[in-house]
Amino acid sequence: MSHAYRVELGEEILRVQDLKVWFPIKRDITDILLRKPQLYVHAVDGVSFNIRKREIFCLVGESGCGKTTTGKALLRLVPVHSGKAFFKPRKETLEILDAMGVKSENGFVELFELKDSQFRPLRREIQMIYQDPYGSLNPRFRIKDVLEEVLLVHKIGSTKEERLEIIAKALEMVKLTPVEEFIDRYPHQLSGGQRQRVAIARAIIGNPSLIIADEPVSMLDVSIRAEILEVLLNLRTMLDVSFIFITHDLAVARYICDRIAVMYLGKIVELGDAREVIADPLHPYTEALIAAIPDPDPANRLKFRDLKIKGEVPNAVFVPPGCRFHPRCIYYEQHKETDKELEQLCPIVEPPLSEVKPGRYVSCHRYPSIREIVKSGLSTKNKQE
Amino acid sequence: MALLEVENIRTYFYTLRGVVKAVDGVSFKLEKGETLGIVGESGCGKSTLAWSLLRLVPPPGRIVGGQIRIDGKDIVAMSESEVRREIRWKRISMIFQGAMNALNPVYTVGDQIIEPLLLHTNMTKHEALERARELIEAVGLAPSILERYPHELSGGQKQRVVIAMALALKPDIVIADEPTTALDVVVQAQILNLMKKLHQEEKMSIILITHDLGVVTELSEKIAVMYAGKIVEFGSAEEIFENPLHPYTKALIRAVPRLKGDIHKLEYIPGTPPDLRSPPPGCRFAPRCPRRFEPCDKEEPPIIEYSKGHYVACWLYSKR
Repeated sequence: MSHAYRVELGEEILRVQDLKVWFPIKRDITDILLRKPQLYVHAVDGVSFNIRKREIFCLVGESGCGKTTTGKALLRLVPVHSGKAFFKPRKETLEILDAMGVKSENGFVELFELKDSQFRPLRREIQMIYQDPYGSLNPRFRIKDVLEEVLLVHKIGSTKEERLEIIAKALEMVKLTPVEEFIDRYPHQLSGGQRQRVAIARAIIGNPSLIIADEPVSMLDVSIRAEILEVLLNLRTMLDVSFIFITHDLAVARYICDRIAVMYLGKIVELGDAREVIADPLHPYTEALIAAIPDPDPANRLKFRDLKIKGEVPNAVFVPPGCRFHPRCIYYEQHKETDKELEQLCPIVEPPLSEVKPGRYVSCHRYPSIREIVKSGLSTKNKQE
Repeated sequence: MALLEVENIRTYFYTLRGVVKAVDGVSFKLEKGETLGIVGESGCGKSTLAWSLLRLVPPPGRIVGGQIRIDGKDIVAMSESEVRREIRWKRISMIFQGAMNALNPVYTVGDQIIEPLLLHTNMTKHEALERARELIEAVGLAPSILERYPHELSGGQKQRVVIAMALALKPDIVIADEPTTALDVVVQAQILNLMKKLHQEEKMSIILITHDLGVVTELSEKIAVMYAGKIVEFGSAEEIFENPLHPYTKALIRAVPRLKGDIHKLEYIPGTPPDLRSPPPGCRFAPRCPRRFEPCDKEEPPIIEYSKGHYVACWLYSKR
């Protein structure tokens, strides 16, 4: 059976290139006097991907892998160290940006070079849904105030009646009906699932083209999770909106996403069609991650889980040289004796993320095509020297 | 006689806004060496049940009725000092939810592990440290951890320390309340492997409390499904997953996305769990139940043995 929710994807709307977010570590006076170098937490360390219209793109990984920071960087909520993100806003927004003197190329604007004031119109286009529906809504705002705030900030709807109309429509889209019953309530009068739907309504009310959903269902009970996922899935066809869906739950990712990118220590290690990646992982880390997930099956208690990974996640300040996964990699450990080349590559050269099968991108020296790229890169470098 | 017999236990919280019936008439039995999983969603009373088994219900809650018998002795009727001396940690111990907060930040790991040993046994400090070292090794950590403080450890290491503490006095029953929530999947798998190993080697009984249907099957021979303060279904793990009876259990299983197989449209349960201050008069699941019919709203369904060892509380299966 094909995916119940697969839809036709549109043109590309976001292209992220080599995004890096490094957080400087505070140096105290002795560090400065001793001229110790400035250290950074490499939260996001060179991430590239693109997203098409109506696509649901998943960033998955363990805590601390940089998935949330990637999402925040696109909204410019954290300072970006380097990298570019080209985003294609809707026509109306592009006109506003044009009037502000923002350069665009084929309808794409680069997000990180804009001034704060120039980024403002784009905040309507790129929205965020947070994990915690208990913390993300102002407890003193009624539901209608929460939603009207967005309209006032972006100057949508000129009269109160008009705005109420828009609010009612948004609430209907997230199935918070009957609208009249909810519109005057405060967040504490709603359940977790209902609150999360208010948060979704707030994200869609300005008619965005990209929504960054950061673990939107992880704090919800299983029985209502599916309902929220369905609301999100329906939105993309209703509103032509794309999603960056950030989650640690691969089963949820498989259910909802078109493509997934697996992150480890600030980098994407594998990227491809969601179902293919989970059915047949190509990177040793993805493999280990999938092997660790308990799928509900009573037979599981009779056997020990074979963990294809060793050690713990290293500190993001001192990222291991070469492939950042190699100190934990079972494949490397098992094959370095027989495959001498691995010893030359894994601890020294960082593998590039490259296509090894149609639509499947991996960054691992296990694949000959990646070794080729590395070798040709090295030889040109030698020639230059 | 079973090792642990819980009979019609009721734990209520006397809040200013009314009496919250968090656990309302729960009964089950646990044999020696058996693993029982208790699953349910947030607020169904599964953690309160765990606290009750240790007689550690925080105020304003208290056990208002029922019996908890360990080897036939009712601990609900015991005095607090007797429970503290004879039962808690010695017979029944707990791996707490959120290992991050279960450890005291100003004591070293070693000091915290030997505390129950010094209080409950005649060991000298030296002997206790020796035992602590054994325990730490049993949970797969290096003995040098004993001199460290909790903040120096990772989440997985802390969870292992908490497990070591729970095992210190070789209890017959260990209750694990969400032992892997907030841990990454790889660490979670390591901890579950460890618990499997300890269960096999030490032959202890484990009660695993979790909201995660995947985690519960990793360890449990029997599963109890809780909803709104009651057990609605009880049976072997195989029976519960392959032949669920209660509409709630069925819906819960179908609401979980899987990693393998076809992608089915997930189902969800409309509505929210009832307010436990004033639960509905009949079956507590009735307002959300797709198979609700005439008796459901009027009378609470009794729990019946539908097939051998498989219990369910639902009017669909009981004759009136």
